[in-house]
Amino acid sequence: MYVAVKGGEKAIENAHRLLAQDRRGNPGVPELTVVQIKEQMSLAVDRVMTEGSLYDRDLAALAIKQARGDLVEAIFLLRAFRTTLPRFATSNPIDTTAMKARRRISATYKDLPGGQLLGPTFDYTHRLLDFALMAESEAPDVATSPSNDEALPRVTSLLNAEGLIEQENSDDTAPVSDLTREPLDFPANRDLRLQNLARGDEGFVLAMGYSSQRGYGNTHPFAGEIRMGEVEVVIEPEELGFAISIGDITVTECEMINQFKGSATEAPKFTRGYGLSFGEAERKAMAMALVDRSLRARELGEEVQNPAQDEEFVLYHTDNVEASGFVQHLKLPHYVDFQGELEMVRNLRAEQAHVHAQEQMLKAGE
Amino acid sequence: MIHTTHNETASPKGIDAHVAARQRWMGLLARADAKALEKAWAELEDKPAYVVLRTPETGMVMVRARTGGEGQQFNFGEMSVTRCVVRTDTGHQGHAYIAGRNKTHATIAAVLDALLQVPERHEALDADILEPIRYRLNLQDNETADKVAATRVDFFTLVRGDD
Repeated sequence: MYVAVKGGEKAIENAHRLLAQDRRGNPGVPELTVVQIKEQMSLAVDRVMTEGSLYDRDLAALAIKQARGDLVEAIFLLRAFRTTLPRFATSNPIDTTAMKARRRISATYKDLPGGQLLGPTFDYTHRLLDFALMAESEAPDVATSPSNDEALPRVTSLLNAEGLIEQENSDDTAPVSDLTREPLDFPANRDLRLQNLARGDEGFVLAMGYSSQRGYGNTHPFAGEIRMGEVEVVIEPEELGFAISIGDITVTECEMINQFKGSATEAPKFTRGYGLSFGEAERKAMAMALVDRSLRARELGEEVQNPAQDEEFVLYHTDNVEASGFVQHLKLPHYVDFQGELEMVRNLRAEQAHVHAQEQMLKAGE
Repeated sequence: MIHTTHNETASPKGIDAHVAARQRWMGLLARADAKALEKAWAELEDKPAYVVLRTPETGMVMVRARTGGEGQQFNFGEMSVTRCVVRTDTGHQGHAYIAGRNKTHATIAAVLDALLQVPERHEALDADILEPIRYRLNLQDNETADKVAATRVDFFTLVRGDD
């Protein structure tokens, strides 16, 4: 039951002012700028863009500032903003094989064409707090080494050559689902699942992927390839009638290679799980690739026994804006609902006491 | 090491040469540093008069990707983009679609797109406007590639035990 209640306007206004003051923190400390967040909290910016499902570094940085660093709140702000913008076009599919990679590694082949490029990674750091960062510092020098234009073929293409891995179906006549336009519908095809996972909460997708590794869904994954770098975005505006490049975006891509025992009609081979995120978001891309593969259970004829294979369970719970809204709505006034419940509990107790009393009387009369 | 990926090399087949050239300069204008482009525009002589046919407007493009990088298409997520259409007094229409929300950038890019279609102006504009963009992009790409190349793993194998 919902009843409008007036009142509290002044308290709300003052609470928002207090929030603004707390956001600013100690006024003796210089205010954080949006540009600083964009430049120096760039992985937070990437997460907000990925789950906010809008690639715009400035807006994501602004959202982080406004949300006082609460990334889920910042994602909510970005999602809300995107509803105010018209959609001009749908891009041609980005070509991640042509990526200008700033990182490219494979856990399945040591020597692969183009080599293993570590790029700017936390891997192999000792995870010891670096107290030198407590002080201001200059940007450190970095080593350079002559680069070449060597192409970076996909690791899966090496397996493709031997026919040991499933081929991707690239039928471009198939309609492409869009969950920003139509509500989630089941059974969900892989395109819809990937769109959902791409904007899904990193923590949730990570936990689901982790559960699949720990035995709740057995997919035997290898990180076939992870790459991060810039890809160009191309659109074909109707009024022009030809394709134009509108700029570059940074993405992280992960291809998991998984075992497949085969079936009555198919020989054993490797199968694939795919993860893709805006910016540098490797953990998210890897987790997404694990969950993508788990969710392919149905189409690969595997038994659906575990949470990570259950598309309704996974896809209905990835969205942290929806999840946060539903959990947090519990703190909104439910006074009338609660009065009803209170009345009901009182009645039930009274009834029970009445029955009990009657039983006592009957016993006493025997 | 200098590579020149932003130079105008590959020409898509089956598209007439004018369109191919226009695609390349529109891609360059979209990647221009907005501040540098504004400065170059301010310094440009013989700016044309123009009317705005479509006022600069910010919206989104839904970015598509493919499963496994090569398979079925899916909607990956959106990005902000700003577009603008102008007509110059030379009688040409200029279009711009630029990643991000910078309306000045989109307007200047649209006017330059129109102006670059004027044969008599093209060569000078290429030198004054496009070449600095190409130079900066190539430099950036090469610097990044050289830094990344220094993080390439060189494996060596330790042979242990009896031979």
